[in-house]
Formats: sequence, C-alpha cells, structure tokens
Amino acid sequence: MPKLIDRHRLLDGLGHGGWITFTGNAADIAPGSRVLLPLNELLEYGETWRRHVGATGALGARLTGADDPASVLPLFDDLALIAVEFPSFADGRGYSIATLLRTRHHYRGELRAVGDVLRDQLFLMARAGFDTFALRDDQHVDRALAAFRDFSVTYQHAADRALALAA
Amino acid sequence: MYQYTAFDQTIVDERVAQFRDQTARHLAGALSVDEFRALRVQNGLYLQKHAPMLRVAIPYGLVAARHLRMFAHIARTYDRGYAHFTTRQNIQFNWPELARVPDILADLATVQMHAIQTSGNCVRNTTTDPFAGIAPDEVVNPLVWAELIRQWSTIHPEFAFLPRKFKIAISGAISDRAATMVHDIGLVALTDGSGAIGFRVAVGGGLGRTPIIGTVIRDFLPWQHLITYLEAILRVYNRLGRRDNKFKARIKILVKESTPAQFADWVEAEFEATRDGPTRLSPSDVEAIAARFTQANYHDLPLDDADVVTFAAASGEFARWQRRNVHAHRVPGYAAVTASLKRIGTPPGDITADELDAVAGLADVYTQGELRVTHEQNLVFPNVEKRALPALWRELHALGMATPNIGLIGNIIACPGGDFCDLANAVSIPVAAAIHERFESLDDQFDIGELDLNISGCINACGHHHVGHIGILGVDKHDEEWYQVTIGGNQGGAPNDPARIGRIIGPSFARDEIPDVIETLIRTYLELREHDDERFVDVVARVGIEPFKERVYAETD
Ligand code: SF4
Repeated sequence: MPKLIDRHRLLDGLGHGGWITFTGNAADIAPGSRVLLPLNELLEYGETWRRHVGATGALGARLTGADDPASVLPLFDDLALIAVEFPSFADGRGYSIATLLRTRHHYRGELRAVGDVLRDQLFLMARAGFDTFALRDDQHVDRALAAFRDFSVTYQHAADRALALAA
Repeated sequence: MYQYTAFDQTIVDERVAQFRDQTARHLAGALSVDEFRALRVQNGLYLQKHAPMLRVAIPYGLVAARHLRMFAHIARTYDRGYAHFTTRQNIQFNWPELARVPDILADLATVQMHAIQTSGNCVRNTTTDPFAGIAPDEVVNPLVWAELIRQWSTIHPEFAFLPRKFKIAISGAISDRAATMVHDIGLVALTDGSGAIGFRVAVGGGLGRTPIIGTVIRDFLPWQHLITYLEAILRVYNRLGRRDNKFKARIKILVKESTPAQFADWVEAEFEATRDGPTRLSPSDVEAIAARFTQANYHDLPLDDADVVTFAAASGEFARWQRRNVHAHRVPGYAAVTASLKRIGTPPGDITADELDAVAGLADVYTQGELRVTHEQNLVFPNVEKRALPALWRELHALGMATPNIGLIGNIIACPGGDFCDLANAVSIPVAAAIHERFESLDDQFDIGELDLNISGCINACGHHHVGHIGILGVDKHDEEWYQVTIGGNQGGAPNDPARIGRIIGPSFARDEIPDVIETLIRTYLELREHDDERFVDVVARVGIEPFKERVYAETD
C-alpha cells in the first residue's frame, strides 16, 4: 500500500486516504465511496457515478500522461481530487499536466501524484503544483518529508509560485 | 565573467547536500541502481568500465582562472592528474571514485561550479559562440541571454524528466559559431529594423543516429518572450515526445514525424496561452543579469602594434601562429587567441593539472582572468592586447599550446571513444593520433587549408562527425572496430556557408587503413581545387562525393 503525505505530514500510512481507484468493476464500489475514475469513464459516465456515490461519497479524476488536462476543466466543481499517474519516476509528463492544471486551468483543489512516486522527485512535484503524494510503498516517510526542503531558493517561476500568488 | 551571487551559491551548496544524501542512500542499498542512475547523471556522473566519469558544467564555455585552478586541484586530488575538455564546452574527469564524488562537487561549489544537468534527460548546458562579446561580426551579445537560459533551466521542475536529453545553443553574430542548426533548439539573437533585440528560433536539429538540420519556426521572437517561448517548446515536447523508444525520443523525431509546420502550430498555441504570463521578461530582469557580467577593461590602443608587425616579419613561426590562432576583436588593438589543445601524443582536449594552473596564470596576466572553452576542445584568451601577442605566444609555445593548427587538419575533434566510453564501438583517440602524425608537417597543413576533421566512437556523435568536412565514425562489424567515412559535412557559419550533414562515401574501413584513406581524400581534393581558397568542403559541394569515392576505393582494393 502507498503512503499518502502532503508537504508537512503523513496523511495515511496505509493507502490513499480513503480513495479507491475504479479499475473496471463497478460492483466493487459501494455507494458513498470516494472514487478515482479514469478520464474516459468520468467523461462518459460521470452523472451515473455521481448518483452512485451520493452526497456522502466523492469523485476524483485519475489522469495519465497522455490525457489532456483541459478535458477535466468543465468537471472541476464536481471533483474532490485530481490524481496524476507516474507510471515510472522517469516519465515526466505528469509535471506538465500538473503545471497546466494549476496555471492554465486554475484548478485549486487537491492535486495528487500517484504511481512511481519517490523521495527524490518530491521537490519537483511540489513545485509543479502537486499538494499530496501517494508514495511508493518502499519509501521512507521522514526522508520523503525532508525532500520538500532540498532547496531553499529556486531560479524560475513555476506552478507553486502561481499558487502562492493566487492564495 | 558572470559574478555569481549568494543565491547561486545557495543552490549549488544545497545541490551538493542533496547529492551527498543520494549517494549515501545508494551505497547503503536504499536507492536502486536505476533510481540512482537517473539522479547521478543529472549530476554529471557516469559509471563506466574503467571508473566513474564526472562531467562538470562550464556554463556557455566561460571560465575564470580560479575555476581552472579548481579543476587542477580536482585532477590532482581525486583523479590522475589530468582532465578532458568536451565538444560541449564542459570538462570531464575520467577517474574519480564514486564515494568521493560528493566531495569533488563540494570543492567545485566553493567556486560556484557544479555538474548539474551535464547529463540525463533534461536541459543541458547551453552552448554559445566562444567569441561572444568580442567578435567583430557580433550583432547581439548572447552571453546575457545564455545566462538567463541557464538560470531558467537549472532544476526546472517541469522539465527534469524529458523524453530525452535537450541541448540549446545560442549565437548572436553574423557567422554562426555555435552550430545552432544542429541543436534541439538553436537561437540566433538579432535585431529588427528598429534595433530591438529578438531571436530566430530553430527546433529539431541534431546529430546522433538521425542527423537533421533544424527548422526555423520563428524568424523574430521579441526578447521579452524568450523564456515563455522556450517553455512552450519544452512543454509540447515533454507531453508529446516519444517515450516508447529511446532512439526516437529526441525532439527532432517529434518535429519530423508531426511535421515542422504542425509542431510550430502546437508551440504557437501554447505560447499564445502563456505569452504575457509571469515568464515574460522585463528590462530590469535583463539588466540585472547584464550588470553581473564584469566588463573587460579596455585601453585606447593603436589598431596594430608596430613592434608586433616587425616581429611577425622576422619570425615565420609567429606569423603562422598569428594567421591561424589569433582572431579579430571588436575593440581596436585587441585580439582573441586560441590555445591549441591538439598536440601530437595527447588526446584532443586533454590537459594536465599543471597545464591548467599555467593557463590560469596566463589568463591572469593577459586576459583579466577570463578564458573560454570552445566546442573544438581548445581554449580561447578573449581580450589580449596586440602588443602582448609575442609574449603570450612564447608562453604558450613553452606549454606546447602554440601549434598554429586552428581550422586546419591538425585541429582534429575527437570524442573519448573506446578508450574511456562504454558506449563506443571503436576507439577515437588512436585514430586521431594516427591522422595527426600522418599530417604532422605544418607546411602540408597550411597547404591543405581549412579542414574540419571530426571523429566519433559511435553514433551518439559526441565528436560531431556529421558536420566535419571529413567525418569518421566508429562502427561495429562482427565485434570488430570499423570506421565509416563521411565527407562534405559542414558545421556552417557565415550566411553563405550553411550547415550540412556529411555523406557516407561507402563501405567502412579497418583502423589501419584510415590514414591512407584520409590522405587519398586530401590528394584528390588538392588536384581538384581551382584555387588555394577553395576549401575541401567547397570542392565536395562543387563536384560531389563521386570523384573522392572512386579514388579511395580504387586505392584500397
Ligand atoms: S560518440 Fe559514442 S563513443 Fe564517443 S563519447 Fe560519445 S557515446 Fe562515447
């Protein structure tokens, strides 16, 4: 199980903070759940899912590197979470997706990095606009939390500054 | 020289601390080989067959005497007493010990140097004209812009894990001495009718497995938008560049497969959406950077120094050196001087610790402590008073760095090749040595005239063989070292001298055949040329490769 952190603390040492990912079998998902849906599922059956999870549940989008973040724009108000998947730590598409969500589309909700999320990429991920991180299960939480302090200064403008300015 | 601030110092110091922690975790088994690899290469560290190799950044090739002394210290303390200048204006140490690399980086950080992003799938060291700021044909000094790009690209959070490595070159002169058309992004700084500065932007050029000349996607990008536009290109590439096949992952493949017009449309759309955002540059951003470049202190000097003219008339050796290794300067009475690191018996670009110290001393005396590293693996003294030329010549002569071979066949560019590099198919340095010995005579070299001979040990093309007038590429045939020869390549430069990719003349050769092959090519050229100023590459352009090919294969049969 991954370990969920934000920039300051451990949020869930054994999972995704109550979120489950839809992987094709709707029967597994109880009403009232917090569900992460792939983009296609969300665009096509979003209404059905909304009714299914009800007022006590919540919907989130799980984007891959190939997804166009602009397509979730109309759904922002409906989403309690956007998760961006890193299939491998070396696949950097998620940084551009996060940047676009934060700076172009002004998404202000929770933005989570999931997948191959490792200590040594956290500083960059936070700068690209992520605010929660589902660490790969072998990662050490205290070391990971220290990563956000790797650099005290930075050269360039990035999504984190855009967020700070908008706050 | 650019004067680094406490801000820059903080970043390099924190980077050292970060890498020290990563190395310790790796040595303790807490960071897998692959995970550590991605991190160490972004700190310039390769692990190779003989020992690790550390590539240290020399931002846009500008280096101060104190940096050279630090390199000397590192070569002595952690290595075998020498170092190697690369074709990308960086310096490499070939024998450091992994566990001590954090200490090397800490030493470098004391003079604000580092190895950040000298390798890996990220934005690499931006390269430029070694004569930036001093060339008579300069329109815009590219150094300020190169520094802006350095800062912007350093630890950029969005572009640290690109599909593949990414190289930017910038030139600001009429003659493009930065090979901008064979880079992922090639920038040429220029001015419009009103004198405002802007950039011509080319993308998708490159050497390697698929050599391509770049495509210009913007003829004039106003300077305020430089960073925004670079981000637009990088963002399109980061999202759409291929990640399924390492050999097709460079931006040139995306540009080619999507077509340059489509690629340009994507970039323009991305740019339009961000154009007046926070990355737009203001005059004060640029002035702040410009103010941190120290200016050379020029004196009022006569255009030519009478004593030097007399000396040149008396010393043929000096006159030759002046012809090949001394370059025009925009300030009257000054010259730029190339110290040749192409010496018989020494691999191209190699330099010992003592020599580094000696050159640093000369820089202090003759050029206010400043030097440039060239992509041809030589060193340039940028601001030499002409009256001091004979004295500097004697000093360089004593160091064996006054061989008047710049632009001639003796100035061979060669990658480290099979002697050092794990990826090599074949050795490069011994081939360079054999050719250099064959053409040792300076009379012959002068007679042959301008000729770029470039050697790469494999298709990665670190020796830029595609753009050599003669290019030599190491290939692997049944586990044996063979060499493919191309002719007619051209790095390009002046507006009427475009960059060109060389053409293969035919089946490859065994190593010991190469000096004869080169000699035949040159003899053929000498017979075909119409006058002394017609260069080898001009003759190939005029008559094609056939006459050369026929002669070479007739003689090697
Ligand atoms: S061209 Fe090939 S052999 Fe030469 S240094 Fe580059 S990777 Fe190594």
